[in-house]
Amino acid sequence: MAVIKVKRPKLSFGEKIYFGALIKGFLLTLKHAVQSLRGKSRGADELASSGLGVTMQYPEQKWDDQLPEYYRGAPTLVTDEQGRERCVSCQLCEFICPPKAIKIVPSEIPSDDAWAKVEKRPLEFDIDMIRCIYCGMCEEVCPEQAIFLRKDYAITGLSRADMVHDKKKLYEIGGVRTGLVNKWNELK
Amino acid sequence: MELLILLAKIIGLTFLVVLPLVPISVYFERRFSAVIQDRVGPNRVGIPLTLFGAKKDFSFAGLIQPMADGVKLFLKEDFTPSYVRKAFYWLAPALTVAPSLITLAVIPFGSTLTIGGYSINLAIADIDVGPLFIFSIASLSVYGITLAGWSSNSKYPFIGGVRSTAQMISYEIALGLSIIPVLLYFGDLNLGKIVQHQADHGWLLLPIWKNGHLGIPDAQTLLFWIPAFISFLIFTVSIFAETNRMPFDLPECETELVGGYHTEYSSMKFAMFFMGEYAAMVVGSALIITLFFGGWSAGFGLDESIKQLSVGGVGIGGLVHLGIFLAKLLAFILFFILVRWTVPRFRYDQLMKLGWVVFFEAALVNVFLAALVIAAPSLTTTVIALGAVLLVALTAAIIWVAKVSEERVKPNSGLLGQN
Repeated sequence: MAVIKVKRPKLSFGEKIYFGALIKGFLLTLKHAVQSLRGKSRGADELASSGLGVTMQYPEQKWDDQLPEYYRGAPTLVTDEQGRERCVSCQLCEFICPPKAIKIVPSEIPSDDAWAKVEKRPLEFDIDMIRCIYCGMCEEVCPEQAIFLRKDYAITGLSRADMVHDKKKLYEIGGVRTGLVNKWNELK
Repeated sequence: MELLILLAKIIGLTFLVVLPLVPISVYFERRFSAVIQDRVGPNRVGIPLTLFGAKKDFSFAGLIQPMADGVKLFLKEDFTPSYVRKAFYWLAPALTVAPSLITLAVIPFGSTLTIGGYSINLAIADIDVGPLFIFSIASLSVYGITLAGWSSNSKYPFIGGVRSTAQMISYEIALGLSIIPVLLYFGDLNLGKIVQHQADHGWLLLPIWKNGHLGIPDAQTLLFWIPAFISFLIFTVSIFAETNRMPFDLPECETELVGGYHTEYSSMKFAMFFMGEYAAMVVGSALIITLFFGGWSAGFGLDESIKQLSVGGVGIGGLVHLGIFLAKLLAFILFFILVRWTVPRFRYDQLMKLGWVVFFEAALVNVFLAALVIAAPSLTTTVIALGAVLLVALTAAIIWVAKVSEERVKPNSGLLGQN
């Protein structure tokens, strides 16, 4: 192994006396202060700063339109064009969910229903958002394309009960998704 | 009546002027450092009007933040570890705050205020040993830190306390020596008179007016600017060291010692250390301003007319001067903060070397230089020349000794040395 001897750098008198570097440093920090006050810090534009430094001030300003397509926010249930809830309560998501955040109570669809041949739908579908880790496994495992991770990230509540999304809430966030595989639709 | 005025001055200047400056400087510390680092800093805390049904909260750009911090510290559990030496542990925070607040007594905050025939000097105690009083009291604050470090009976605070003791003792020498030229120049130890002299003859570092007229100063004053500037540099840096500010904050450097001497303290006892530190910073800046930047004087020959200002028989000139003093103080506090975010912390041996090898000698030579400049008009040319030659020889000798005694940087030793 080659031995590389690192020599101490020879400092000139000006460098030894330290004051030049100090003044340079003052000018640099002052430059940052002035530019930050004027909202002209480097990167302020790209980061959509609030006009003070490069910081975006959160509740007033949001980064939502910059979220990528693959962003993993809150998991939700979706209905399709016919207004049918796509979940057939197979409970695969409940079993795959690593933190066990999903709880499904399955129920049968009565025989006089237009979608009777689907046979099952969830009676209750709870996702505990305190447990959820936004891994997206539920979306991946779902054979019916019924559960999707949306871009909602600000999920708050004042109690633990508030943080459990029930079926109604899940459909409310999820809404309608069109253009999915339609294996139960006879008309096609 | 005299007693009442004194009481009013103590309460007014200590509790209404200086103590509020502590949270204000904390606020500036946080906001200004944020701005330097391209951040925003605390700008939210205000009156939560939305709780009462209003549309928007009212925030004074976050000026309430230090108050919220104070309330937080009040409400925290005051925990005393079981292994501390209780009496000293309780005494230490008080010993840190009290000296800084006592030193305020001699600082002239403004010129005289005239109310109903009474003229009130805006210094609590206008005594004739101002700087000496400040040094003697300020050096007591090292006891607070040392006691805190020792009585905590734990390793980090102990190291912090020891470092602080060594640092403060070293820099006290440079601090005391560095202002001797200033005192020689003014020929007075009364801070009020020093400021008055600067108001009349120009600030020590800006002597461009005399008796109300702008103009180039005479040769002696011009020459004295050099030792004055040297002593300003040494004094300012020593004040930084005395107040444990960056780049000399080794007693409490977070990266090595957790919190330094106040690691074991919580709640208001910690807040007392915090307050003492910032009060020391305020007093230090006040002293620098008083000695070198004309204290309360507005400068440029405006002071006499400001003194004559009065509204309804009340001479408010003193208040205007108080405002000018506070403005200078805030500017200096901002400078303290700028230094904190510019200069990295010194290594301990560098700190000691700077104190003992550089500043001590520089201050000593500076005393002789200043004496020569001041005495020059009454000396013959030969004596002046002789003095100058002696001074140069002394300086050269000191630099030579410092260079020779410097430890040689060893070439690579150990395993690598064998190659």
